[in-house]
Formats: sequence, structure tokens, C-alpha cells
Amino acid sequence: MTSEAANAPAPEPTDPLLSVRGLEVHFPIRSGIVFERQVGAVRAVDGVDLDIPRGATVGLVGESGCGKSTLGRAILRLVEPTGGRVSFDGVDLRPLEGEELRRMRRQMQMVFQDPMASLDPRQNVQSVLTEPLRAHGIGGDHKARVRELLGLVGLPASAASRYPHEFSGGQRQRIGIARAIALEPQLIVADEPVSALDVSIQAQVVNLLEELQDRLGLTYLVIAHDLAVVRHIADVVAVMYLGTLVEQAPSDDLYARPLHPYTRALMSAVPIPDPVVEDTRERILLSGDLPSPANPPSGCRFHTRCPFRQPTRCDDERPVLRTVAGHPQAHRVACHWAEDIEAGRIQPVASAVVEPDAPAA
Amino acid sequence: MSLSEIEAATESEQVEQAAGNLRREAWRRLRRDPVAIVGFCLIAFFVLVALLAPLLAPYAPDAQPGRGMITPTNIPGPSAQHWFGLDASGRDELSRVIHGARQSLLVGVVSMLLGMIGGLTLGVLAGAFGGTVDSVVMRIVDVMLSIPGLLMAIAIAALLGASLTSVMIAIAIVNVPVFARLLRGQMLAQRGSDYVLAARSLGVRRRSIVFGHILPNSISPVIVQATLTLATAIIEAAALSFLGLGSADPRVPEWGRMLADTQRYLASAPHLALFPGLAIVVAALGFTMLGERLREAIDPKYRR
Amino acid sequence: MSVSISEARGPLLDVRDLSVAFTRKGSPDVRAVDGVTFTVSPGETVGLVGESGSGKSVTSLAVMGLLPPRGVRVGGQVLFDSDDLLTLPRDRMRDIRGRDIAMVFQDPMSSLNPVVPIGVQVAEVLERHQDLKGEPARRGAEDLLARVGIPDPRRRLKEYPHQLSGGMRQRALIAMALACKPRLLIADEPTTALDVTIQAQIIELLKELVQDTGASLVMITHDLGIVAGLCDTVHVMYSGRVVESAGRRELFAEPHHPYTGGLLASVPRLDAPRGAPLHPIPGSPTDVLQWSDGCAFAPRCPNRIEPCTGGPPPLESIGGRSLRCLNPLTESEEVPA
Repeated sequence: MTSEAANAPAPEPTDPLLSVRGLEVHFPIRSGIVFERQVGAVRAVDGVDLDIPRGATVGLVGESGCGKSTLGRAILRLVEPTGGRVSFDGVDLRPLEGEELRRMRRQMQMVFQDPMASLDPRQNVQSVLTEPLRAHGIGGDHKARVRELLGLVGLPASAASRYPHEFSGGQRQRIGIARAIALEPQLIVADEPVSALDVSIQAQVVNLLEELQDRLGLTYLVIAHDLAVVRHIADVVAVMYLGTLVEQAPSDDLYARPLHPYTRALMSAVPIPDPVVEDTRERILLSGDLPSPANPPSGCRFHTRCPFRQPTRCDDERPVLRTVAGHPQAHRVACHWAEDIEAGRIQPVASAVVEPDAPAA
Repeated sequence: MSLSEIEAATESEQVEQAAGNLRREAWRRLRRDPVAIVGFCLIAFFVLVALLAPLLAPYAPDAQPGRGMITPTNIPGPSAQHWFGLDASGRDELSRVIHGARQSLLVGVVSMLLGMIGGLTLGVLAGAFGGTVDSVVMRIVDVMLSIPGLLMAIAIAALLGASLTSVMIAIAIVNVPVFARLLRGQMLAQRGSDYVLAARSLGVRRRSIVFGHILPNSISPVIVQATLTLATAIIEAAALSFLGLGSADPRVPEWGRMLADTQRYLASAPHLALFPGLAIVVAALGFTMLGERLREAIDPKYRR
Repeated sequence: MSVSISEARGPLLDVRDLSVAFTRKGSPDVRAVDGVTFTVSPGETVGLVGESGSGKSVTSLAVMGLLPPRGVRVGGQVLFDSDDLLTLPRDRMRDIRGRDIAMVFQDPMSSLNPVVPIGVQVAEVLERHQDLKGEPARRGAEDLLARVGIPDPRRRLKEYPHQLSGGMRQRALIAMALACKPRLLIADEPTTALDVTIQAQIIELLKELVQDTGASLVMITHDLGIVAGLCDTVHVMYSGRVVESAGRRELFAEPHHPYTGGLLASVPRLDAPRGAPLHPIPGSPTDVLQWSDGCAFAPRCPNRIEPCTGGPPPLESIGGRSLRCLNPLTESEEVPA
């Protein structure tokens, strides 16, 4: 993670590797006995703009059902977007079909959450790692290439003849990563790459991803629900709620000065393995659950759960990502009241705030 | 606090790889399952008898060694000379039952294979392409499934004329939708799995994904179904020839027709119904026992 | 291993040398839990922390008497009110399980009956354990649902489990656990399946309940962050044994066992400065040594010395905390704050 984008006041917006504009994925809801007709749509992704600079790591964080995985898959055209534009290295991906799209896939790879499910149980590692080479007609010494890939992800060459079930979870994820880098892609979308792993293993995989980025010059989109992991690995973090981005900022800036009420609540909910910190921090608790993406709230999507909700604008005017005075250009938030909340002029409702515990017994 | 939950908790705490190699695990479970072993032995016995029929049978199936002992009122039952007794034409019942195994096995295996090939073809089409192809194939399958199997087999066999071939074709056609639906369901489930998504994201061609990943991972339940189908095919073949739709040649012993032929003598010579009937039941039972246990061994969902 | 509070008041739950082995014909026994000892005082919150395979869940199932009777060998003692739960007849155990000890599982869906409305399920517990009938039981159920923070409880009473969200289901399950006014609540990864904002709600709820009812709580989790904010005493388990026990502040301020230290150094912290490197524990939790041959953690341990692989390290108590390690972390090696 040596990217210069992290600390620069404004990351270079020129020529991002991946550029997403107004991306929408609406899944139709059909109904009917004989003739099915569309009666509505699940707005899994509903108008997302995102740039991923070359060589950078962008983290996408949100809770289950917010559409973050769908966004990742729509970028890779593994689900079909229903609107918007995705361009990769200047090439518009949306109109690509068939063979053109298949060739394009060489540049963009994916790492999955569940390493066991993402490997065919009947394929040995040799076959897993040579499949992409065969699919793209890449010749050469496949055996040597497999050895090299295994070495890159820290597995012994003897792993080649073994099957997925013979490995531990962490090792399986290494195989999944080796498969993703086999075609020397430019972009890797990692969808919850560590959340299925044991705690003591997660750091191994995080470190491996960082190491490979340095060595191979990869660009990452890391999708995760764990804000701590994302903050660790990403230069820029985008926070997603119910199909839209609510805040986007350089990692340190987001942590130091979160602007969106949802980001603040999310941060205060992440447990920190330190009793001293835990006992002294104030928590913002959200009420209720995520609304249905088939019927999202009007105005600001978050207004139904927002502890800072105001009587005007919140429920009838949809906020767009914008910059806020006093914050870097790269820090953008979709909240009408960001300035007032930051200045303390708007306070959260009392029931949402949990004061720190009295000094523990 | 269901039992399954407790099992899940305890199992996950156990060594992780216990759930590892499904196939080896299935084989291990099967080897220690008495029902599966009995089923396997019955099948092995049945197959051996069919293969070695000319060696095992004391007489040729159409020989009439007891011709002189038969009168309309007296058909001799089991004796030291003829273990299963004689039939109405004075033929040795044991020899006929033994030779009948060949017919049953032949009809069972051929019609199962034909049915499976047809079903797999339709299933692969529906499962691999989805969309309109899937809808069309599945509507046809639904229509076929809505007609009772035996009834359809009778209709087809009657249409094709009484012969062994038409029995096999009729039973095969009846089994096509069963295999098609099973395979299609399995393939749809596999199609949504992560490793198929992974293969797509790698840019693997659709044909390779279907034949390299989806199909091999969908085939286990089809093998189970094939074993079970053998059992029903044997019974259906017997039923068709019982109704006179089987081979026209009366010299070829066939369990179903042997049963049909004995109707008139049921009161005076019950052994003529007993032995072929028993043979049908035992052969079908063997395949059913093995098939059911195979299903349980392969798919933990069915485990009790 | 007992902590000072428990000595003063006498423990509510006293687990002594608990061991659980899974037996299977033709293969060697798997020792899932191996000589685990800990106490829970009235009102205390105790954390059992470990990764998969550490034996933490099996420990809780053994305490609850919920292990399947066949293929399992349980040894040691589980004293609750000076009754040994392991030798209690099944029907008395069932009484205690409903009345005095309740359990909340990771997956609330499989713990609820899918075809019975939530309200009926909660009311049933009230009928069984508090002798309430009809309308009072229904009203009791409504109160309980309100108590665990389910909005509009009167309407929710009539809903089926699948109509509730994951967080609401877990709340309903906690309501059922509370219906019998237990003195001990065992929560096995109750928030693992939930989102982090919902997790925060549930943890806050559990905290409140412990404070209000004076019940004890055993929290089983893999998440050190949850333990840090919730538990009074923490037992870190590895491969079926407790390797370190301490009060939570002592444990996090000064982890002695290399495994505890390793865990703390390997999880990214939200409040750590960016670029702070992670120090993973090498290997995987399946790379273990049999405890009879030495320390199970030895194959992954950076502090391993010769005697570590020469026999099982004893559990030693020093100053209110205990440790199973021959070469503990010294101050300089401890995790950076």
C-alpha cells in the first residue's frame, strides 16, 4: 500500500483505472400466474459514482443488503447493470459482448469471500491455476507458472497436486488469490476477502494482498463489512447504504472526521479490542433495521434511522455527494446537514446516544 | 436448540477436514452400512445369476423335462428333482427363473441407460442455457410427468407393438423426464455457486464451465437415481410383459409373463406365482436398498 | 483460577476440569475440550474467547447438557448451586435449563419454531416456567418483547420468525431466554451473524439486562473487541484448553500468553494509525500439537523454547490471573497499544 493517493490532499482525478458513473442494478420483481409481469424492482445499486485510481486501494464498506457485493459484480459485468457507465482504462465496458467481454476479463479479477465455495472441489490446485491460462490461450510452461504463482502467495510447490479440501481456510484463500493474479490483471475486486477466515489468519491474507500490490502494481477494490479491515487496507474508503454511497474520503480523513451520521454510527459500533477505549467512548446506536431496497425511503435513504434527522429536506430531497468546507476535495458526503452536524449545531436524539460506562468494576 | 444445531456446533469444533472429501466420506459410510451391503449382495447375486444362467440352470429354459408329469389338475410343486417345481408345460421352473434374470437385467439396464441419456441431454440443455430453452424443455417435462408412468409406458409399448425393444423404449421414455428434471435442478444450483462465478470472472468459456464444472458436480444424484430407476424398470418391465406387451416369443422366459401365465393355476399351483414374484421383489429390493443408502451417503441432507 | 470476586461470594457456576471427547468407532477420540476450569460469580460477565476448534462452543453445550448422548464422553464437574449438572437426571436438567440457565445461539432462525408466531413461543416459556396462563401470559410476552427493544410488540406477537429481521429474531430469542428469569445466560456467538450496527444494539441490550436483572453472563465469541467492552473476566481458549485467564483490563493491557498477544497484534484496529503493520500468527489453527506432547500452540508460537514440545505446560496462577505457558511474553514483547 505505497500509493501516494493516501496522503495527498487531493488524489489525482486524472485518468483513473476504473471509473463508474451513475451505476444502477435493479433486479426486477415479477409476479403473475400465467403471464409474469414486472411489479417492482429491488434497487440493489442505485446511482453510484466511483473512481479507482491506478495502483490505489479503494475500500467499499457497508452492511449486508446495502448492495456492495452487487456493485462489485456489476463492475465486473458478472451481474448486468441496468443503467450507468463503467469504463476501465478508458474502455466503456457496458457495450462489450461475448468474446470481447471475455477477453476483457483478463484485466479484472475477483477474490471471493468463501474460499471453499469458490473452488471447484473436484479440481486440484494445478488445474485451478492453469484454467485461466487455458481459457485465454496462454502458452508456455504451465507447471513453472503454477510454481511461481504458489510461491507468490506463500504456498509450497507441492500444493499443486492437492485438492481444495486438503487445505486450511487461509491456504484456500491463498489459492483463490493465486488464481486471481494468474492472468496478471490490473484490477482485483476482493469481496470480503477475510471475513470467512479465523481471526489469527485474517492478518496473513491482508498482508499478502498488500505485498502483492507492491510487487505486481495491482489496483484493488476491497469490499468488506469490517470497517477496521477496510481502514487498514484502503487509501480511499467509500461508505455504502441502501444502494448509494453516503460518504467517500481518504481513509485517515474518514476516520478522523467522519461527516455522515451513518458513518459515525458505523464507526462507533465497531468494537475495539481495548477496554480503556471501550469504556470511554460514546456510542451512537441506530434504531431499527435496514429498509427494503425494493421500497427505499424517499429523500435521504438514511433518514428513517438517522439520529440527526431534521424536519426539513431529509425526507423529501435526495442528497448528493458533495464536498464540505474545511475538508479536502476528496472527502465527499451525501448529507444536507453535514456542516451543522460537524459543528455540533445539530445534536443526535438522546435515545440514540449511549454514554460511556461508569469506570468499570 | 435443535439436534441438528448441536451436531453442527460439535462438528464444526471437530477437525475441520472431517467434512472434507465428500466422495471418500460417502464411500466410507456406505461400506459400513449393513443395508447397503445387503442391497449390494442382492444385486451381485442377481447379476451373477443372469451372467452365469446357462451354467447354473439345470435345464434349458425351453426344455420340457417334466412333460409327462403334467396334467391339467396336477402341476408338481418343488421336489428334489425340480427345486422350484414344474410349470404348466412341464418346464423346470428354477431354470426359467434363472434365465428370466437375463431378460430383467437386460431390460432394466438398457431402458435405464436410454432414459438417462435422454434425460441428461434435456437436462443439460435446460440447465446450461436457462431462459427460453429451459422453459420449453421444462414444460415438456412437466407434461410428461403429469401422466402416470406405468400408464404412459403401456400406451407407448402398445403403440410400438409387443416386443422386448418396445418395452425398453417405453420404460426409457417414462424415465427421461425424471432424469431431466433432476439434472436440471442440480445444474441450476451449481450455476449459482461461487466457483462457477469464479470461472466466469476468469473468462472461461461457457462450454468449459458447463462440462468442466457444472456437470461433474451435478452428477452424483443422477447416479443414485439411476440405481433406483433400475429397480422400477425391472418392475415396470415385468408389468408390461404381464400385460402381454413384452417379447412375443413364448420360449423366452420373462418373470412378468411367467406370472401372467400362471393366473389360471393360482389355486392349484401357487409356486408358479411365488418364485417369479419373489425374484422380481428381490431384484428390485436390492437396487432400492443400495440406491437409497447411496443417496444418504452422498447427500448428508438425507442422513438420519 | 478463581477470581477474587468469586471467592468472596461463592460462584454461581463452577466448572472443574471439564473435558469432552468425541468418540468414533475405528478412529481415535477427538478431545474437543480438555480440562477446562472456570467459575462464574453472580452478576459476573465471563468471556470465553477462541477461534474455531478452540472448544469454546462445546464447553457451553456441555454445561447446558446439550451434547448428543452417543459418541461423546464428558468428564469433570459442572457445579451449579452445588449440583453437578453432568450427573443430574435428564428431567431435572431440563428444569434447570429452562428455569435457571438459558442459552442464546448464533443462528436465531434455527432456534425458533418457524411455524409458530413469536408471541406464542415467548408465552409458552412463561406458561411453563412462571405459571402464567392465557391473557397474562400474552401480556407478559408483549412486555418482554418491548423490554428487548422490539418496536410495536403487540403487532410483532402475531408474526412468524421469517417475518423478522436477523436482529429482531435474536432479540426475540433473548426475550425467550429472559422469560424464565435465568440466573445464568450463556450466549454463544450471539452477534456473529449480525451486522455491526445491529451487533452494537444487541451487546448494549445484554449489558443492560445483566445490570438490571443481576444475572450472570457467559459470552462465547471469537471477537476480542466484544470481550473488551463487555466481560469482567476473560478466558482465552486454544485447542480445547484455557491458555490464559485474567480480568479484562489486565488481559488487554498485558497479555502474557503468546497466543493472546498474537491475536491482539493481528487484528486491525479502527483506531490504529493507518500503515500500522499487522503481525499475523503464522500457520493455521489446525496446526496443533497434541496437548500430551507439549503446548498445542507451539507449532505457531514465536516464543517457543525447547521444553515447550517436551510435555504439557501446566496452568499456573499468579496474582489473580492464570497462564499456561513456559515462556510468556515479557513487557517489551507485548503488543503495541
